[in-house]
Amino acid sequence: MIYFDRVSKVYSPTSIALDGVTFAVEPQEFVSLVGQSGAGKSTLLKLLLAEEKPSDGKVFFESLDVHELKKREIPAVRRRMGIVFQDYKLLPTKTAYENVAFAMEAAGKTEEEIKQDVPQVLELVGLMDKAWHFPSELSGGEIQRVAIARAIVNRPDLVVADEPTGNLDPINAWDIIKLLEKINELGTTVMLATHDKEIINTLKRRVITLEKGKLIRDEKRGRYVL
Amino acid sequence: MAFNTEIKRTIRQGFINFWRNGWVSLATVLVMVLALFVVGALFFSNVLLTSALSQIQDKVDITVYFKTNALESDIAALKSKIENLGEVKSVGYVSREEALADFQRIHSSNALIGRSLEELGGNPLGASLNVKAKDPREYESISRFLESATFENIIDKVNYKQNQLVIERLTRLLAASRALGLGITIALAAIAILVAFNTIRLAIYTAKDEISIMRLVGATNSYIRGPFLIEGVIHGLLAAILTAIIFIPLAVWLGPKAETFFGGPNLNSYYLSNFAFIFFLLSAVGIVLGVISSLIATRRYLRI
Repeated sequence: MIYFDRVSKVYSPTSIALDGVTFAVEPQEFVSLVGQSGAGKSTLLKLLLAEEKPSDGKVFFESLDVHELKKREIPAVRRRMGIVFQDYKLLPTKTAYENVAFAMEAAGKTEEEIKQDVPQVLELVGLMDKAWHFPSELSGGEIQRVAIARAIVNRPDLVVADEPTGNLDPINAWDIIKLLEKINELGTTVMLATHDKEIINTLKRRVITLEKGKLIRDEKRGRYVL
Repeated sequence: MAFNTEIKRTIRQGFINFWRNGWVSLATVLVMVLALFVVGALFFSNVLLTSALSQIQDKVDITVYFKTNALESDIAALKSKIENLGEVKSVGYVSREEALADFQRIHSSNALIGRSLEELGGNPLGASLNVKAKDPREYESISRFLESATFENIIDKVNYKQNQLVIERLTRLLAASRALGLGITIALAAIAILVAFNTIRLAIYTAKDEISIMRLVGATNSYIRGPFLIEGVIHGLLAAILTAIIFIPLAVWLGPKAETFFGGPNLNSYYLSNFAFIFFLLSAVGIVLGVISSLIATRRYLRI
């Protein structure tokens, strides 16, 4: 479903973010992407989201070459990926409910669909009782759960989580990881970038390890080794 | 997506954004009020200046004095000839009798002049024509036409020569004040518009994170932009309404003063009778300003 073909990203001769990375992700896999800060995890995800262009190589999402897409075709592809960030990136002027509903509105869903799906997803992440709170009135863990609800509300084929637990305490972090596992069990591919050793070692899923822009290890039931 | 749904959502979101941005919206509207106020004030002062200038222009004329023995039919012939000149706006005829009556009325309190007139017997005054040009610059050529030899036997004098300096100065003054007024108008309006434009850009700058988030959840550019444009329209319209309201007490208060000072139309009644047009002008400037600022400001953050 995702295929990186010898992808490099060079910002400048002294700053090589990715160096000839090749791997494939099957549908419904749960893949962790590990590596130290600066190893290239975020760059890799940005290339997948078509936020940046690779210096060399190709990135495929299913049969689509992500970087051959026209500007106006990108939004439609992004709707098929749910994205979760370390810094949440919720709209501060919208309530939890509206943040989730916004992703559906942007995707052009009808009011009926929105009224039906948003409560369901908020129920799934356990935040129905705080649906009308603004992000500033929620805790970090709650905000990240809203972000996950937003990421999955359009029933994407892929959920991409970039250090989703980076700003959370261990208990909240675990809630988030369990939520991602649940989403994966419901049939969605998950890509999780993290440098949290505990999480990786407990997950016992596929692990792709990056170091200085190179893919150095790719294991089916990986552990965090650096 | 259904076109209707999109429009409805965009408009609703524009209103919600406007409301939730609270202080930023208020500040933007107030700055736009300032800009529109400048535009409106310039509009009014232009009305006053134009009417003052045209009144001054109206007071300028040249008078042709005829000899007392000039025949009325000759004068009438000359009058129609002058009227046929392209540069002439109007020609007024004052007959000998009228001239005398006017003279007597003006000096009715002066017994000495009254007695001298009686002593003279008859009417010592000649008839005259008041010639008004369409443009003060044309008095020169009109006067040259009148002084040509053809009418020498009936014309006593043409007072252009004695007024020449005044008329020329006035002509230059009028042209200069027009140009100056236009220059000030353009400069002030440009400054006001730039300030308003910058305020809107700043307001949208605060939303740049939101814009990037919207893009990441797969919103199309036009979908992201829509609410900002609606906000721009709301800013412009609200600012126009506020400005129009602010002008009401100003017009009431300044109206009579301006009338005596400029001798122009009463600002108050002018404002009321032209309210629809002025409001339309303010709204149009406000909305165009708001929408264009939003367009330019959002464009920066919508590049991939």
